[in-house]
Amino acid sequence: VTKLLQSRSDRAWLLLVLATLATSCLASQRGIERYAGATALLIAYAKARMVVLDFMELRQAPFVWRAMTEAWLLIISLTLLAFVLL
Amino acid sequence: MAELVMFGAFFVAYVFHRRTEIEVFDTAQATLDLNLGVANTLLLVTSSWAVVRAVEAARADCYAAVVRRLGIAIALALAFVAVKCVEYSAKFAAGIDMITNTFYMFYFSLTMIHLAHVLGGTVILVVTRQNAKRGAYHRADTKGLEAGACYWHLVDLLWIFLFALLYLLR
Repeated sequence: VTKLLQSRSDRAWLLLVLATLATSCLASQRGIERYAGATALLIAYAKARMVVLDFMELRQAPFVWRAMTEAWLLIISLTLLAFVLL
Repeated sequence: MAELVMFGAFFVAYVFHRRTEIEVFDTAQATLDLNLGVANTLLLVTSSWAVVRAVEAARADCYAAVVRRLGIAIALALAFVAVKCVEYSAKFAAGIDMITNTFYMFYFSLTMIHLAHVLGGTVILVVTRQNAKRGAYHRADTKGLEAGACYWHLVDLLWIFLFALLYLLR
């Protein structure tokens, strides 16, 4: 397990799995649907960012590529959140 | 980038229509099997991870590991397709299809467009694996493998949003 947690991409995979399980548990809760949905979107943003930075390796990519992808993630996530919460 | 823009527009259209027919969306969404959505998410993120490990193996000149890890990624991709087929068949058997309501119009069109990307990505992985078998990827040249990997991670990234919107957003 210690060896698995040494690599950034391995840690990202573990977090992606845990985040997926956590959001599905949250979605099963009754009475907090609206906030559970908004939390699921925030977690989706965090998961997508991990895929972009640690799987696609955009952390080491030229600034323009990373900025464009991060901007897309942020704009889409904020727009989706606004439609859900406002 | 074109895929990101196209799917971004689809995602926004989905939440826009959801606001106007929230009861229809919530009722229809409750008929989806959350466990199958979770299973497919775990299959796709693990497949993506296997591809990351394949790229790492190529950089370390571990040829057998590249082929083996791409094989795992392909198997997981096919499992994703199988789960989606099970899901579609259950819906069709229950008389649910694209024209049932607005939610299912979005559900079928978005997941089918994504599934087409999964199938395209799987073909790319198969071709990449064939190239890896010939020893095409090594420390000095991993460009072809990285390009295929990048497409596969994009497919994973899009599914992460689809899963949240279609299965989790209540």
